[in-house]
Amino acid sequence: MSVTVGVLSVQGDVYENVVASHEALNEMNISGDVIPVKTPSAISDVDVMIIPGGESTTIGLLTLAGDTLATLGERIRGGMPTLGVCAGLILLAGDVTDRMLGGTGQPLLKVLDIKLERNSFGRQRDSFETTLSLEPLGIADFPGVFIRAPSITAVSPDIDVISVYDNRIVAVRRDNIIGTSFHPELSGSTELHKYLIRMATK
Amino acid sequence: MISLAGDRDDASGVLHDKDSVRGTAKVKRGFAHMLKNGVVMDVTTIEQANIAEEAGAVSVMVLDKLPSDVRAAGGVARSASASVIRDIMDSVTIPVMAKCRIGHVYEARVLSEINVDMIDESEVLTPADESHHIWKWDYTTPFVNGARSLAEALRRIEEGAAMIRTKGEPGTGNVAEAITHIKRVNDEIRRAKSILDSGDKQDLMRLARDFRVSYDILYQTARLGRLPVVNFAAGGVATPADAAYLMSLGCDGIFVGSGIFKSDDAKNRARAVVLATTFWDRPAKVREAQEMIDEQQSMLGLDTTKLDLRMQERGADA
Repeated sequence: MSVTVGVLSVQGDVYENVVASHEALNEMNISGDVIPVKTPSAISDVDVMIIPGGESTTIGLLTLAGDTLATLGERIRGGMPTLGVCAGLILLAGDVTDRMLGGTGQPLLKVLDIKLERNSFGRQRDSFETTLSLEPLGIADFPGVFIRAPSITAVSPDIDVISVYDNRIVAVRRDNIIGTSFHPELSGSTELHKYLIRMATK
Repeated sequence: MISLAGDRDDASGVLHDKDSVRGTAKVKRGFAHMLKNGVVMDVTTIEQANIAEEAGAVSVMVLDKLPSDVRAAGGVARSASASVIRDIMDSVTIPVMAKCRIGHVYEARVLSEINVDMIDESEVLTPADESHHIWKWDYTTPFVNGARSLAEALRRIEEGAAMIRTKGEPGTGNVAEAITHIKRVNDEIRRAKSILDSGDKQDLMRLARDFRVSYDILYQTARLGRLPVVNFAAGGVATPADAAYLMSLGCDGIFVGSGIFKSDDAKNRARAVVLATTFWDRPAKVREAQEMIDEQQSMLGLDTTKLDLRMQERGADA
């Protein structure tokens, strides 16, 4: 059993996700590789995909520029285990507004039928750390790092809510897709990365 | 990996709420990590901010005047108008930064109250106190500082900077100084690393004393083989090729000042600089980006050896 983890490396905290994925593979004693990917052909070669944190408008514009977004959408619809973190969650969503500005009109993958509000907790001064429960994934205490984070304001019936903080949905799952408002790659915990890799081994 | 831990116990910018905490090194430095491989653009108006966002900038930096206009105007350069900053914050979804004068504690307090996402304690503005930079641990809002040597960068980080930008010479359209300084920082990190590898801890301590920084932060830097916070390049970037070259020297991203909005093809150039920064490791893509601009439209630029005002020297000795 060998798993290749791809991290979309257009913009954002790619390296942190590469490190967290390597640690997860080591801790699980699974052989495999972690590669930063930014072209459609590279995306075709991975078993698991992580869309990292960053600026969703930038990542969206730049992946669209190279047809990468379309290939990524096909693979995800085809069942590839995928984790979208913060900006990555925004790109997975179907409907995005900004807390202050309303509709954003940005390019999206639309693979999760959720409504999402950007900068939901406020600006950077309101970024925070807290402890979350991801009980539906069997993870009791998870360090939540929220940076200008979005929150999920509505979900369709096929979406599982994984975590709620301050009455706001901050993590969801549908089949092979997990999306979080917070940054597991900055948390010091590899539990979510391990969960994602485990999905590829089943 | 860069450690995001490193809070001081006495950092009053860290705020404990009922079941959460704000202003920690993790969320301040983490914010800078989200900007990596991106371009931060200087803007003075809502129109420029919108162009920057549409071009794919990761953030905008609000100034009263672009650096080249600051240079031309002379006089005292201060923070941008609060109303202009607020209007731009209300017009774009990407993070908004603004500059305060070096050492000007209250310009920084005001920017923090306006709720900008990051404060740049910048040599582009006229320094208020060149011998005392702001003690940045006391702010919940993260700071970025300029540096042209490893010693300067580490001193700023020890004061609480969450991000560094290596200085160029702002407002010149000449990338030469930015290249010199990133190479100097790289050389100095290699030197610290080779001392660490030799096992001579006393020599590393001597270097820390030379630099006027703690042994711990120099040790951490030497072990990482890079600065312990996100490091962007800045100063004099005018073309996509300038941006790609700086990325190839190991920078995490790019600040562009006058280079975009002092050119005559700002919209295309903004997009081209973003593309070249993302795909710097693929020369064919950089060529594509370079073809989006016209050298006839580049800002004229200045010879950095013949300047009356060298902004990069401001606050450098403190």
